[in-house]
Amino acid sequence: MPSGATADEMLLGFDRKREHRILVVMPLFDEASKMRRQIVETMRILDQSGVDCFCPDLPGCNESLAPHAEQSLSGWRGAAANAAAHVQATHVLGVRSGSLVAPGDLPGQAYEPVKPRAVLSRLARAEQISARETNESVTAKELIARGCENGVTLAGWPLGADLVNELAANGSITSPHHLPITQEEVGGSPLWLRAEPSFDPAQAQALAAMIVDRIDLP
Amino acid sequence: MTAGTATAEPTGPSRSAIDTTLRAILRDVLALEESQVEAFDANTGLFGHLPELDSMAVAGLFTEMEDRLDIVIDDDDVDGEMLETYGGLLAFAEAKTVES
Repeated sequence: MPSGATADEMLLGFDRKREHRILVVMPLFDEASKMRRQIVETMRILDQSGVDCFCPDLPGCNESLAPHAEQSLSGWRGAAANAAAHVQATHVLGVRSGSLVAPGDLPGQAYEPVKPRAVLSRLARAEQISARETNESVTAKELIARGCENGVTLAGWPLGADLVNELAANGSITSPHHLPITQEEVGGSPLWLRAEPSFDPAQAQALAAMIVDRIDLP
Repeated sequence: MTAGTATAEPTGPSRSAIDTTLRAILRDVLALEESQVEAFDANTGLFGHLPELDSMAVAGLFTEMEDRLDIVIDDDDVDGEMLETYGGLLAFAEAKTVES
């Protein structure tokens, strides 16, 4: 929480007290809903492959009741680190922008990580396009500048000034401890690009197999 | 000249390469079959005609175009008419590829 206090959030987990325990960090914003089923199905396969895995709700996201406008990358990083400690995670998997807040001190993997500025630009562009439909003329650049000052709602997501500044600064990078997994390696078309949430069993199998291979299971 | 342009063909990718890439991006965004995207012609309506192509999907489409075609799309471009048809989008991508 912004005050430094902690709060309880929901967590989806497959826990059989096994050696390898992965904290999965979902993408931020709209990509979370587009990827949720795919990631949950991937976690199911990881469970069947002998790996425990856990996916927490970050504050303000999914079922969380915390106000989205009060969240920041640094706050989410703290929440993800707390979740990792809570489940005694041994590894992490950051998915897309989830890699920006996945605990950097744990080993793991980053599935098609994305730069903070690119995340912000896409939201601002979507807002610019929506505004155009209502004959309002505003550019993505103006929206970002406005957000850096006072916060702004982009594509339906209320973003506080701290979060906009962190995304705009483009300073956060994926941890060097997290090996990238590319979509080319997974195969198929990127599901986060789809206009509607989707599921691809072949991609889930491929992603889970890659994670298991790289986690050095016997 | 950037590192990206230095390695590109002197005249940029051929029209068919841009066309193919753009159709592949639309296929990914709209979750269409190859044959459906192949059937797109210059007059096929996009934004405002395809309900799946909402503002967020269009924003994702632009990001992919920048990545896969190695172009930069400015804020001013986003207000253009090029979103209305496939032909408009293709012409825009071709013009941007020549610029970069």
